[in-house]
Amino acid sequence: MATQAVRLFRKLDGLFAVYKPQGVHWKLVRDTVETNLLKAVNSFSPPAPQCMVQFQVLPSGETSNSTNLTVTASKLPTLSDHHLVAGPQFNNICVGVGHRLDAFSSGVLVLGLGNGNTALDSLYRSHVSRDYILEGEFGMATNDFTHTGRIIERSTYEHITQDKLEHVLAMIQGANQKALIMYSQVDLHTQEAYELAVKGMLHPQYKSPPILTGLRCLHFQLPHFTLEVQCVNETQKYLRKLLHEVGLELRSTAVCNKVRRTRDGPFKIEDALTHRNWTADAIIPSVTYFHRTTQKIRKNDRKAVNHLWISVSAKCIKCIVYNS
Amino acid sequence: MYLCRRCVGFLHARLMPVKAQNWGNLGYVLPLAKLCYLKQPTLRGFPQGYQNLSQRKKEMGQSCGIRCLADQQATPHRQTSDIFEQKKDSNDITTFKNSNLHHIASTQVSFPAYLDAVPCPSPFEEISEQDAIQITVPPGLPPVTFTLRDYVDKSETLQKLVQLGVNLFKLEQRRNVGSMLVRLDFQGDVSPRLFFLKDLGVEDTQLGPLLSKNPFILTESLENLQGRVSYLKSKKFSSEAVAAMVSKAPYLLNFSVERMDNRLGFFQQQLGLSAQKTRDVVTRLPRLLCGSIEPVKENLKVCELQFGFRKNEIQHIVSKVPKVLTANKRKLTQVFDFVHNTMGVPHSLIAKFPQVLNAKFIRIKERHLFLDYLGRAHYEPAHPNYISLQRLVSLPDDVFCTEVALVSLKDFERFQKTL
Repeated sequence: MATQAVRLFRKLDGLFAVYKPQGVHWKLVRDTVETNLLKAVNSFSPPAPQCMVQFQVLPSGETSNSTNLTVTASKLPTLSDHHLVAGPQFNNICVGVGHRLDAFSSGVLVLGLGNGNTALDSLYRSHVSRDYILEGEFGMATNDFTHTGRIIERSTYEHITQDKLEHVLAMIQGANQKALIMYSQVDLHTQEAYELAVKGMLHPQYKSPPILTGLRCLHFQLPHFTLEVQCVNETQKYLRKLLHEVGLELRSTAVCNKVRRTRDGPFKIEDALTHRNWTADAIIPSVTYFHRTTQKIRKNDRKAVNHLWISVSAKCIKCIVYNS
Repeated sequence: MYLCRRCVGFLHARLMPVKAQNWGNLGYVLPLAKLCYLKQPTLRGFPQGYQNLSQRKKEMGQSCGIRCLADQQATPHRQTSDIFEQKKDSNDITTFKNSNLHHIASTQVSFPAYLDAVPCPSPFEEISEQDAIQITVPPGLPPVTFTLRDYVDKSETLQKLVQLGVNLFKLEQRRNVGSMLVRLDFQGDVSPRLFFLKDLGVEDTQLGPLLSKNPFILTESLENLQGRVSYLKSKKFSSEAVAAMVSKAPYLLNFSVERMDNRLGFFQQQLGLSAQKTRDVVTRLPRLLCGSIEPVKENLKVCELQFGFRKNEIQHIVSKVPKVLTANKRKLTQVFDFVHNTMGVPHSLIAKFPQVLNAKFIRIKERHLFLDYLGRAHYEPAHPNYISLQRLVSLPDDVFCTEVALVSLKDFERFQKTL
């Protein structure tokens, strides 16, 4: 008969998304979520103390006037299982973090609970892309590509128009498409590769540098501009450097004001939890909501592993046939 | 549990050759340690490591050792005869030199014949009453352990502490506190101090948390404790104030009178407040008297030089929100920078609502940016839609949304996800 605490603990299993605020380290987010869940799980009343056989020297039995003391065994409640002596029932909950976000960025951060952490591995191996919204400003260049860094250079930007910006973005997109085709290791002259490319299902096999699969300008008002980016294998520093390079291509300089992740694979920003909702009350419904998504992620990973085995074994058979 | 000495001896005689086989070199010496640890611990000849082993074996009772020796069955893996002969001759341990041990380990000697003659008794044989009474039952308590769970059922002090609400689990993780608590005597040490705290006015429900935070109050001498309380009362702190201070800062009474005097003098002189106001501040934040003065000096310098507050403004802020004195310098600067430079609130208004400096930065930032987005970010009292800083910071989220921003909580959450 499981206690309430154990039943609640068993529900903490799966993946969910959290909206990481700007300026906060991802580890603090993970620790806060773990602390809140532990508080919820340890808040129930502790179970009744267990009884242990203890030997006591008591006056012996039947007649009241006998003064003999004998050693008798009796079952008494023991204090060694009391929560003040043995500690809380749960000491830690496994909370894992998906694709990390650095302290300057904000946005969707996927966390895994309990057995869901294995699904995080599947998410890493899968070829999901991530959506970012980058806000930049022309006129400055800093050492860490953000508006809070040490300014290295200032420049004019009045000559920049939206046309020129679109031209530069198209150039960057072209270069990234070529890289995508190269790293996806498909021969584009074949029919299957063409169909995959048309559907947009090309992705890099194995390790690759950051590749942008989509790039467009959302808003342009000098000196501020906003870009939307879809990418794989990226880091947030790379995206800030991208803005810096856009500025350089336009014969000016640019810094990044904000990096915001709006989608991480199937986890969208509408379903991410803000910091006032990082409690068990809101996390458990969110985990249930993403249950199907988690199952799909695991299934895709298994299919991908099977394909890998098939392709590796096919290569082995080819080698054997060739050699013999 | 041991049933009878004979069966124990029998079991050990059976087990030790097996151990010797498994452990190689060590095995040769382990039973040696057991055999030789008979009466006196003059183990001068022994290598250091094995002494611990033999001390642990001590619990099993010396009688077992004697029995083991007498009941040895001859097996080819046993030790050399030299030691045995010496044991048989005299019951005192003679000093074994190290070389002897190594010699033992390397040689395999056949057993003397006289050992075969001793019959091993069956474990099911009945023994007489005198024999039964002489069996020493080892105590259930381990001599060395890492947790107080093993002792709590047997120790009156620990049981009474648990009943008071002291968190033994937290305390045993601190170095040496567990041993200290086990050594305390309830009637002699603990109850006089508990009565002292009760007389002071500390409530019963507060005693547990107080001892969980500061168990060393149980080892402080009663004269010292009473001296410090009388010092505080001489400085015109009321008894309720002293009780509240001790509950909030459990380490207070462990500090000497000179140290407390030093700090009180520093606060009165630096802050420039009257005696009554200083007493108020210290009663509200008694850990000012416990901690070091340096961080407080730095915070005061930051307020004066970096923020640019005047002396009377600092006095007002500290008397309203004493926590500013012990706040983190970096976080305080971050909050002040945002409130003064980004929100545009002047010094006088911040001094009027000092709880802003105590609030979380993320809360102030999100709420201000939301009000700015809605066009309601007016903080000067002259404006018709004026929003006071106190309401901005202290209201919970849902009340803030409905009353101050006049929107639903969902909209505020949607806005938070655009930051």
